[in-house]
Amino acid sequence: MRKKKLVSVFLSLMITSSLMVGCNGGSQNNGTSSSGNNGGGDDIIKIGADLELSGGVASFGQSIAEGLELALEEINKEGINGKELKLVKVDNKSDAAEATNGAIKLISQDQVKAIIGSATSTNTLAQVQVAQDNKIPLITPTGTNPTITNKGGKVNDFVFRTCFIDPFQGTVAAKFAINDLKVKNAAILIDSSSDYSKGLAASFKKSFEKDGGKIVAEEAYVAKDTDFRATLTRIKSANPEFVFLPGYYEEVGLIVKQARELGLKVPFMGGDGWDSPKLVEIAGKEALNNTFITNHYSSNDPDPKIQEFVKAFKAKYNKSPDAFNALGYDTAYFLADAIKRAGSADPVKIKEALAKTKDLSLVSGTLTLDKNHDPVKSATILEYKDGEQQFKTKVNP
Amino acid sequence: MELIQQLVNGISLGSIYALIALGYTMVYGIVRLINFAHGDVFMVGAFVGFYAITSLNLGFFPALLLAMVVCALLGVIIERIAYKPLRNATRIAALITAIGVSLFIEYGTIYVRGAQPEAYPSTLLPDKSIEVFGVTISSQSLLILCTSIVLMILLQLIVHKTKIGKAMRAVSYDSEAARLMGINVDNTISATFAIGSALAGAAGVIFGIYYIKIEPLMGIIPGLKAFVAAVLGGIGIIPGAMVGGLALGVIEALVSGLGYSLWRDGVAFIVLILILIFRPSGLFGKNVREKV
Repeated sequence: MRKKKLVSVFLSLMITSSLMVGCNGGSQNNGTSSSGNNGGGDDIIKIGADLELSGGVASFGQSIAEGLELALEEINKEGINGKELKLVKVDNKSDAAEATNGAIKLISQDQVKAIIGSATSTNTLAQVQVAQDNKIPLITPTGTNPTITNKGGKVNDFVFRTCFIDPFQGTVAAKFAINDLKVKNAAILIDSSSDYSKGLAASFKKSFEKDGGKIVAEEAYVAKDTDFRATLTRIKSANPEFVFLPGYYEEVGLIVKQARELGLKVPFMGGDGWDSPKLVEIAGKEALNNTFITNHYSSNDPDPKIQEFVKAFKAKYNKSPDAFNALGYDTAYFLADAIKRAGSADPVKIKEALAKTKDLSLVSGTLTLDKNHDPVKSATILEYKDGEQQFKTKVNP
Repeated sequence: MELIQQLVNGISLGSIYALIALGYTMVYGIVRLINFAHGDVFMVGAFVGFYAITSLNLGFFPALLLAMVVCALLGVIIERIAYKPLRNATRIAALITAIGVSLFIEYGTIYVRGAQPEAYPSTLLPDKSIEVFGVTISSQSLLILCTSIVLMILLQLIVHKTKIGKAMRAVSYDSEAARLMGINVDNTISATFAIGSALAGAAGVIFGIYYIKIEPLMGIIPGLKAFVAAVLGGIGIIPGAMVGGLALGVIEALVSGLGYSLWRDGVAFIVLILILIFRPSGLFGKNVREKV
């Protein structure tokens, strides 16, 4: 306990010092802004990308950048109203202060017309105010937190996203459980230390009960727990036909493994937090049979549009695209479509066109924006079979 | 049926606490030091076992032995470098040093191999579930329990039947007098650290087999729980650590079983507070006077 206190003192020191570093960086950047070139030529539209190219979640940012570059290559073959899109990348080092600096640099120095970024909700939130103040559209490919686009009932009118938001996954899971798995009662097991998990569980419960289902047990754990047998024994004695488990892969792997050992053989289901190769290592292939996840996209989806994308991606990068690649790719098309409809590279006109996006066909589903700038689009359901993700079905909102 | 199942769950969890608690209690018994780095020795044991199994292709028992040997060495090194120079300093100085050593091992491990978790290979031991009257017992929980009991009997034999055990009991009783009688106190203390750390290493490997996932900060919570277990049984008393560990495991399983799973860790520490208030010497504190 003493130790914990010590750790927290240490952490808070680290946080304060990193904030200070952030401030310094900001003023430096402002100082050099005059040296930038202006806007580019008449036939070039500059697009900024403020991504996690290094640091803790570097794989997310790099994947998005790969998707973006592939899409821009394709878009520039035809051009938009006779103009070409040029990508300017900055690395935010998976750090919120750096993300803010990056957005300032892109706007003042590179004079971009729109910014794409970042992979995580935290780093995107760090750029929202900059985008709003400078009236430059900001699109996050994968930031799923609802407050990015809508804070306290007020829509951030220059901020958009390509992915669905957290609560939507819970709704989709509930529909899938009732319509496809035909279950009538379910148990919920959440990670009470995660807003993501709580958000998914709340929307699952609401939607499941509305459609006539019954929640027979609601239990919780805390991230980093390792022994879930007692909680699972309790869930088992409530006899659920289905368990909704919206957590992250480390705990989920252990939970599924321990549940199967205790003889709880019913289907388990979760969200995109399960999507990691580590899940299969921890839980084991056999235990994962009869489990499902909601995700943004699957490279096994037979849809011709997706297969065309998978083929083009494999030709360029020699690997199978993941959800981040797909959403990066889609974000470029989302923006290109708006610029085309706006008929101009004026950021305010681009923003207006983005807000009016309707029935745009993309790799990760058909995209229509609602009044909060959140996409209404289909989610993909995947099933684990012998450790492999198999495409199961698509569920529309 | 549910109650019996929860008891089974609790006993398997408790035997891991008990193994770690044994090391705490031995070290406290002999130098009056709460060795906070003990949970991290347990973590190192888990990683040594993991690399022994995956890189050296060893089986369960050779990996267990290797982890115990490496941890015993680590325990002796920690004692010699960090605690021995402070033997005559205040107890708080030694305690703070223990916290420092603990943080050093945790973040040193992260520096060397990164913070990402590893998964123990699941094919190492047969994992069959045995069903008895509707209660499911996995073969692995039986293995944990048996290994813990064997190790504890071994420990009792060492403490009561060997020369080094006699020396340990003597140093624990009065180290100055022991020194006057010609006992090498420093070596005896090192031996205690070696044995305690070897047990923690064994617990680490067993934890890895049973819970699959290991990571550099995995020692913190089991370490604190084992400390509670040691106090519950009466710190410094070997059978007390075993009983305290099992009791704590069962208490936690029952709390979760009643539907208060989020209170589980809280209850463990409430037990610590209650014991400290009402029975500071622990459950076994009065009857057994011998301390090692």
